[in-house]
Formats: sequence, C-alpha cells, structure tokens
Amino acid sequence: MAECHPVGFQWVMEAKARGAKVVHVDPRFTRTSALADVHVPLRAGSDIAFLGGIINHVLRTDAYFRDYVVAYTNGPVVLREDFRDTEDLDGVFSGLDADSRSYDPSTWQYRGTSVQASSGRRDLRFDERTGAAPSVSEAARGESHGSGGPTTPGGEPERDESMTHPRCVLQVLKRHYARYTPEMVERICGVPQDLFRQVCDLVTENSGRDRTTAFAYAVGWTQHTVGVQYIRAASVLQSLLGNIGRPGGGILALRGHASIQGSTDIPTLFNLLPGYIPMPHAHHRQDLDAFVRADAARKGYWGNMRAYLVSLLKAYWGDAATEENDFCFDYLPRLTGSHSTYETVMAQLEGTCKGYFLMGENPAVGSANAKLQRLGMANLDWLVVRDFSLIESATWWQDGPEIETGELRTEDIGTEVFFLPAAAHTEKDGSFTNTQRLLQWHHQAVEPPGEARSDLWFTFHLGRIIRRKLAASTDPMDRPLLDLTWDYPTVGEHAEPDAEAVLAEINGRDAEGTPLASSEQLKDDGSTSCGCWIYCGVRADGVNQADRRTPGEQQNWVAADWGWAWPANRRVLYNRASADPDGRPWSERKALVWWDAERGEWTGHDVPDFPKDKAPGHRPPKDATGPEALSGTDAFIMQEDGKAWLYVPSGLTDGPLPAHYEPQDSPFPNLLYGRQRNPVRHLPPPHPDNRYQPSGGEPGTEVFPYVATTYRLTEHHTAGGMSRWQPYLAELQPEFFCEVSPQLAAERGLEHTGWATIVSARAVIEARVLVTDRVPPLTVHGRTLHQVGLPYHWGPNGYSTGDAANELLHLSLDPNTHIQEAKAFAVDIRPGRRPRGPAAPELVRAYRERAGIDEHTGTEP
Amino acid sequence: MTDDIARAAGHTDPPPRMGFFTDTSVCIGCKACEVACKEWNAIPEDGLELTGMSYDNTQGLGADTWRHVAFVEQRRPLGGAASGAGDVDVFDAARDLAPAPGNGELRWLMSSDVCKHCTRAACLDVCPTGSLFRTEFGTVVVQEDICNGCGYCVTACPYGVIDQRPGDGRAWKCTLCYDRLGVGMEPACAKSCPTDSIQFGPLEELRERAADRVAQLRAAGVDDARLYGEDPEDGVGGDGAFFLLLDEPEVYGLPPDPVVSTRDLPTMWRHAAAAAASLAALAVVSFAGRPR
Repeated sequence: MAECHPVGFQWVMEAKARGAKVVHVDPRFTRTSALADVHVPLRAGSDIAFLGGIINHVLRTDAYFRDYVVAYTNGPVVLREDFRDTEDLDGVFSGLDADSRSYDPSTWQYRGTSVQASSGRRDLRFDERTGAAPSVSEAARGESHGSGGPTTPGGEPERDESMTHPRCVLQVLKRHYARYTPEMVERICGVPQDLFRQVCDLVTENSGRDRTTAFAYAVGWTQHTVGVQYIRAASVLQSLLGNIGRPGGGILALRGHASIQGSTDIPTLFNLLPGYIPMPHAHHRQDLDAFVRADAARKGYWGNMRAYLVSLLKAYWGDAATEENDFCFDYLPRLTGSHSTYETVMAQLEGTCKGYFLMGENPAVGSANAKLQRLGMANLDWLVVRDFSLIESATWWQDGPEIETGELRTEDIGTEVFFLPAAAHTEKDGSFTNTQRLLQWHHQAVEPPGEARSDLWFTFHLGRIIRRKLAASTDPMDRPLLDLTWDYPTVGEHAEPDAEAVLAEINGRDAEGTPLASSEQLKDDGSTSCGCWIYCGVRADGVNQADRRTPGEQQNWVAADWGWAWPANRRVLYNRASADPDGRPWSERKALVWWDAERGEWTGHDVPDFPKDKAPGHRPPKDATGPEALSGTDAFIMQEDGKAWLYVPSGLTDGPLPAHYEPQDSPFPNLLYGRQRNPVRHLPPPHPDNRYQPSGGEPGTEVFPYVATTYRLTEHHTAGGMSRWQPYLAELQPEFFCEVSPQLAAERGLEHTGWATIVSARAVIEARVLVTDRVPPLTVHGRTLHQVGLPYHWGPNGYSTGDAANELLHLSLDPNTHIQEAKAFAVDIRPGRRPRGPAAPELVRAYRERAGIDEHTGTEP
Repeated sequence: MTDDIARAAGHTDPPPRMGFFTDTSVCIGCKACEVACKEWNAIPEDGLELTGMSYDNTQGLGADTWRHVAFVEQRRPLGGAASGAGDVDVFDAARDLAPAPGNGELRWLMSSDVCKHCTRAACLDVCPTGSLFRTEFGTVVVQEDICNGCGYCVTACPYGVIDQRPGDGRAWKCTLCYDRLGVGMEPACAKSCPTDSIQFGPLEELRERAADRVAQLRAAGVDDARLYGEDPEDGVGGDGAFFLLLDEPEVYGLPPDPVVSTRDLPTMWRHAAAAAASLAALAVVSFAGRPR
C-alpha cells in the first residue's frame, strides 16, 4: 500500500500512531513492510491457503463473533441435501460439468428456497425464474443451467439459530476449512507456523465488540485464476469476526488508478450497466419485465431494480423511452458471451473484431501476454490510441518486439493507426471516485496543450458526428444512437462539454427537471431519470456535493462534508451491522449508528444504511417485497436474504466457498485436493503464443522452477504512459530490473546490477538484477523456493525503457471477472542478456520443447 | 531566541526561525519530496542511472538534487521500524519471533536528506560575492544572479550539500522554498509528504515536537531513535533542518560530527599571524646577526 498508494497510506500511518498494528502479507519486503509491525512473506498464489488457515483457526478456537454471525450472516442457514463440498468430491463442488468447464450452481442453494445474488452473474436461472423456454445462444445456454430441486424463489430460508445442524453454513464451513491447518499453511505458503499463529492472534484479538480489523488488498489478490475467491476468503473471515459494516472494519479494495472505482460504478465493463445493473444476456422473449423478474431480487434494495433501470433508460433515451416501448429496453445490447478485454484480443486474432479504441491504456506493455495483444492489433482494420505520449500500443507496428524478431513486417500490417493526444486531469473538470466510494470533484487548471482533448470531449464529439452522419437513416439499427439524449452544453474555445451537466444527468431529475436527492425517489413508471442510481444525490439541491471541501478539523471523524460518498453520502456500507440486533452499538468504542427509540429512527455519526424508520424488532408481512420485506435485523440490505454471505448460494461461477487451487503455472502440486487448478478457470482457445507450462510434478515442471510475480513501484504508474516519459520520475527508477535473493543469485550466477534473462513458455525478456534480502527464499513443500520479483512498468518506448514483464504471462483467467493471472506464475532465470532477433523466439521454442509443452499442457479441467 | 541569527544578519524584527524536522521513522520512501522539489524549483533531471543501491537511484544531494531519499537495507538482531504507539504489549510476541536462522530481522531504513541550513553556515562564511545570504527566516539561500561560480562554498560545506551545476558553474542548493515562505506557504517537499515525515515550522516548535517523538519511540522500545542536528551546541551550532534517525548517522550517509569548516579560521589566522611574526622576527634576527 505504501508502494502504490502512498497518499492513502498516510491514514495507515495515522492509525499506527494511534496504536494500530499493521501486518503486511507479501512475497516481497516492500516499502509497506518497512513500516509494518509484522511482515509475512508467502509464496505468490497461495493466499487462499493462508486465509483458509486463519478461517480454520477462528472456527476451531470459537474466536468468531457469535452474536454477529447469528444475527447478520447466513451462518445458521441450512443448505440443500444434494450439495456436495470439495470435502466430498476431492476438490470440486457438486454441479461440475467437466466438458463445458462450468458449474451448474443449483445445488449450492439454501434448502427450500433460492436466493438471487446482489452482484456477479444474476441471470444464471433466467429460464427458471421467468418460466421461459430454454434460451438460444451458446453463452446464454452455458449460463442458464437447468433448475434443480424443489425451490421457492424468494421464500425465507430455513435457519438453525444454534448453528449445529450438520448442513447449516457454519458447520459446512468448519468441515471445509478443517484441512487448512497451520502445518498445511506452512507447507503450501512457506509461512512458518509460529509466524502464522502470530497473525491469527493479532487478527482475532483485534476483532469483536470493542475492536475491529480491516483488510486492504490490491490486484495481488484479484489477478489470479481464483481471484474472486481470494476476496471471498477475506469476506468469510471478516464476516465471521464481525468486521463488516463497522468503523475500522471492512475489506478495502485498493484501486490501480484514480477512479477505477468510478469506472466500475459507471462501468467500462462489458457485462454491467451503471450502478451494477447487469447487462442483459440474449434470451428468448426477454422484455423489461422478464429481465427484472430474472435478475432482480424479491427482497432488499435490489427489489427496486426496475426503478433503477427505467430511470437509466430515461436518462439514455429521454422522451423516446415510453411505457409502450418498454422504455427502449430493446435498445440495450444483448450479451451472447464474454466480451472481456482478453476475449476481444482473441476476436481480433480470429478477425471478428476489426476496430479498437485504447483510451489511456497500453496493452502492448500492461496486459497479460503482451505479444498476443500486439498480434491482435496487427489484425485490425483500425486502431485509435488516445494517450499523452506515443506509447508502445501506438508504435508496435514500426518498432515493436515482433518487428525486431521478424515475426511481423511493417509493410504487411494493414491496421490503420490513429494517435490522438489526451488531456491530463489538470486540464479538465471531472470527478474521481476512490476506493471508499468517495467522489471528489476536480477543476480544470489550464487548457490542454495543442490538440490534446479530454475523453469527454472526444466521446461527445465522436457521438455528435456519428449522429449527424446517420441523421437521415431509416435503418432501425440506428435508432438507439439517434434517440440518445446527446445534448450536453459545451463551453470554451474547444467546445468542451460541461462536465457538471453530465453529473446532473447522472444524479437524475424528476418529471419537472428538479434534481433528485436520493435513489429512494426513483420511480419505475418513467417519471424520473437517473444515469446511475447509486450516484443519485451527488447533485442534490442542484449543488455539486462532490465539490465540498470542509477540512477534517472542522468536522467530526466521519468527515461527511468532504466530497460525497455513494450511496447517500454513507461512509460505511451496511452500517446497521455496527449496532446489535436491538439497535444498540456493539460497544461504545465502536459506535457508528444506532436506533433512537424515542424518535423512532436510526441515527448516529454516519448516515444510517438502513430504512430510517424500520425498528430493530420489525418483522415484515409475508407478502412484502423490496426494502419493505427487510426485517429490522437484515443489515445487509442489498442481499436478497439481508445477510452477509459466509457461503455464496448464487452469483459465482466457481464455487460457493473459496478453495485453494494452484496457479495455472505452478512448480508445486496442490497439497489440499486432488484437483491441481481451478476446474472452471477460463482458458481461451489454444494459441501457439499462449502455451501453458507443466505444473506440480508433471514432466517438464522443473524447466520453470521459480515462482514469479509482477508488481508496481511508487515511482512509476502502471504501463508507464504517465511516468516513463517524465524525467523527474524516470530518473528515480531508470530501467527495468528484477529482484532476486542472494541465494538465487548464487544458484544461478546472477550479478548485482548485471543482466538476467527470464523465460516462460510464452516469451523471453531481460532485466537488470537487484540482489536483495527483500525477496527471501521460502521453504515450500519441504524444499527451498526462490521467487523472482518483476515490476511491470517498462516497454521499449519513452525516456526510461526496458522489456515488459507482461510478455511472460499467459491468458488463463478468473472465470467470474475474466482477469488475468499476473501475480503468480513460473519462470526460469539465467545470467546475461537475452538473444536478439529471431534467436529470441527460438530460445522460447527450445524451452517449450525441453518441457514437452503442447496445446494440451495445463488445460485439464 | 531562534530569530537571533536573522537579527545578526541584519534583519529587523524577523519572523521566528523556520526549519525542517525530518522524522525518518515514518518515511515510506515515496520520493514525493524529491519530485515536488524539482517541480517547484524547476531543477534539471539528474541523470538516469540504476545504481544498485537499493531503491536509491538519486545517490546524493547536489546542484540538481535538493532532496534525496536514502534507502538502507540491513539485517539486525531486533528492532524494526516501530510504531508510534505507547502500548506495545501486543507486540512483545511479535518481537520474539525467531527470524530466519543466521539472518536477523530485515530493516529498510528510508530518510529524506536536505540542506541543513546550519546556524553557523560555512558556505555563507566563505562566499566572496554575498550570493549566499541568511534570510529573515534564518535559512541560507544562494542568489543565482549573484553567484560567480567560485566554488568555495562547495568545499566549505561539512555535509557535502551545495554543488556547482556542470555547464553552468554556479552553486545550487535547497532554498527551503524561500519564495513560498515569503507568501506564507510551506516548502514543496513538506507539502507533498504524505506521512508528515517532513515537518516544516518554527524551529523551536519542531525541536520540542522532535524531543517528544524520540521519547515516545524510546518508550515504545525503539532504543535506536535519536535526533541528529538538533543540538545548538554541535559543531555547526545546530541545524535548521534536523532529523530523527533510527541508526548511526553514517548508516544514512551523514557525517557523525560535522563541524563548520570555518570554525578554526580565527585560530588559523592567529597561528598564521604568529608564524609570520616569528618568521619576520627570525629574518630580522638573522639579518641582525649577520656580520657586516
């Protein structure tokens, strides 16, 4: 965190000054470790084993927060008889279809009912919930597996408050994690048992009524074939310990750039609409009602999905969206499969994706298997790159690595490349949304230089020109574009769209055009419009609430008058859980919101995240729906059952509980199960430049004996577009280097500040060598493991240059998020510089041959 | 009074003496100070060299580097960058953890170095043009339009801070952002420091704060915590920019006992004068003693 979020780390330091203990778990000793109280080096890719070990410790020693677990989690809920855990099936859950590499999740449900997820895949049971005939498309078929068992969607689940029923979630958890012993943690992660117990004690002693523990993570957790399950493991732990919805608790996702949070809230993701409304998949006869029936929840705030969606459609299509035409619901595209960035690359290679916009993104350096990225771009008709400098993704066609090796020739490449300079954040108005869901407005300080323009300018004027070109069209396909409300006022000599007008559209208006103050005002009859329901209120009273800057010392510790946090300016989500079931704070020390019986409302330091007048003792009538159906103790108001999920009955594609699987490429076998890798990890179609390596003792594993991980340095930013061209930053970390231990350096003859060549089944790169104790060897599976640290900022362009670490990576993706496994893979390292020209791919081919690699290697389910 | 040196330099009714307290125990090595300093003062880039000295590719202070973050990787039997907390009982166990055999606990010390703005500043003493001067804030600043590039200050500085810029010849160093101070702003490095490792303020106040911080750290078991450059009795009369260190100054590349290089000038002159007198006397005597 100190490495990549130094500004945010000031709050960790402040907490530390007030007595907080900081534990840093990372393969490397980083700038964070330097300031932490305990550093725990572990093998990259083994975190579920580590977290599972802590979960086991918590369950075995009864260290969980029992009252919290009973009241606010699904720990007491009884599961179906036909659910089978990894314990029963040696590493897989019930419902696995090995041929299609997917799970039918129906047996994961609660007994006697079925619940909808509040995020993730929500239309997995479309046909069941809508009574529709089986859906058509490949992808949709794969995602709408048949129903199973007698379920009543939306009924109340069966509970055992004593949590002793053998099939209640808590008991299933206990059995599932029983094998995650300290001995197992030591053997898998390389964390000595005494150090592991130390962490267990620190976490459990600092959780409960009086104390809370927070977890912070970044892409070191997400970029794995089991990335979502890493976060789930932390969620299980934090829910058991009562650390969610309380001050000082939570799981903080540290983002990779400014406003990455904002780019999922108002998404750049293919499968989401603004405010986490799912993008519709292609189904037979899917009108607005059927979509809402399939994807919304009966109970809780997702019960209002129709109001959120209709208001969004009104924001998109204004007067054209009417009750009669389903508010233009059919203008929304339908998903026929995954269209993540890596599937898009595969589509480029197949020739089906012909055009590509890169806006502030440098995949030729920053994305996994950078070579495939370039080969994909070389197969396009056109490519638009908007960035500050001529990044590698804009120039690969004339000076990329494949030109040097002869694998591509400039004269053979048909891609027309457009480079458009982009404006920096100081050159435009707008907002950032940080990991705390806090929107902070920034103002333009200077005009962008030359032809540089903002993304807002580019997108608005591109849309304007396309609409003008299509104005005379009678093709129904063009209606969605022509009916858009594309009428933002522009200002200044460059006709820059007024960013605050966009914010006003996002905030929403009622039928009279008055700004809305809260998402509770949204209607499903078309009388309100709102571009993102969770942001509703950011411009309450017509005032830009994100632009508020009352200093911390002039307000209380919650600091509600700095910026604006979605939703409704709440600073801690699910904060009803900060009070006990009767509405009293669990402790004075950790009081946040509470029930004021006299006034009959929730009150406190933060904005209560609960219906304001719903008493703790409230029990809803049987036929209630939406927020009305929440009981007075259903603290997790977005969940259909109102509870935090220790166990996930719906929404995940790879299992209801986190289980440790080895990374795609790993020198070690899976000690916990007979299954080496996540059986449903997402593998794209075989490609000769995307071969996987033998793992876990298969013949050839020894060819790639070292674990590697990629990361960032404070001095540079992601793929370098914002930093490698800056002399003041370039001089601080002037070139690509790898970090190795003195022991590995001795084993492989690597010299400090000399050169190393690093090889995977995909690529060979070279790096300067930093020999350091900060990447310690670990004892894993009873033998010494060396890890290789690779900062991934560099590429051949710019002021500070070097090979790109991401050349080494494969495409093997998390099946929920389609994120690459960049944080744990296996390599070989040897002294000296890499070969040049055609000799470079020749070396990689030789390695593949030596390891016996073909298109089947590493592809088993 | 900490404004004495400003008065001595001819400033009437000066503000309190201002300075830096750099608390290295909370430095996270982000180098924001280095970059902010260069941005504000428009200092040229200082060369791209991977030094292999941990994450320190800046190497040291000079004409083109006025803030420098040192990175020191070390193995020690005990310690670690300790928290500022008063209660450490939870952590006794953590300290008892057996480190890897034969190694000892890994420490990574980081420290942002800067011109010390000495109370007795040799650079200022030796400057023949008056380019170096004492400001009303008690800081020492080079005036780039007056400096003639003689370089006397470079050899005079006991810390090796000030240097001549190649191709320019003039001497450059930290001004403690004299232009920002003049309009009530704090220096760029302190402003950009996310963890308040670099603290700016009236020197007297900083010294009190630093003494408290050392006491706090020592109470928390960090016996290595010590101040460097805060003592008005030291060889330079105390620094306007002083430090809290977690090891010996040499570990950070700082001189253990700096002395203003002009300290001995009066005695040297006295000795020289005496020597000259003796020589003259000898000459006289020898002439006097010579037979005519």
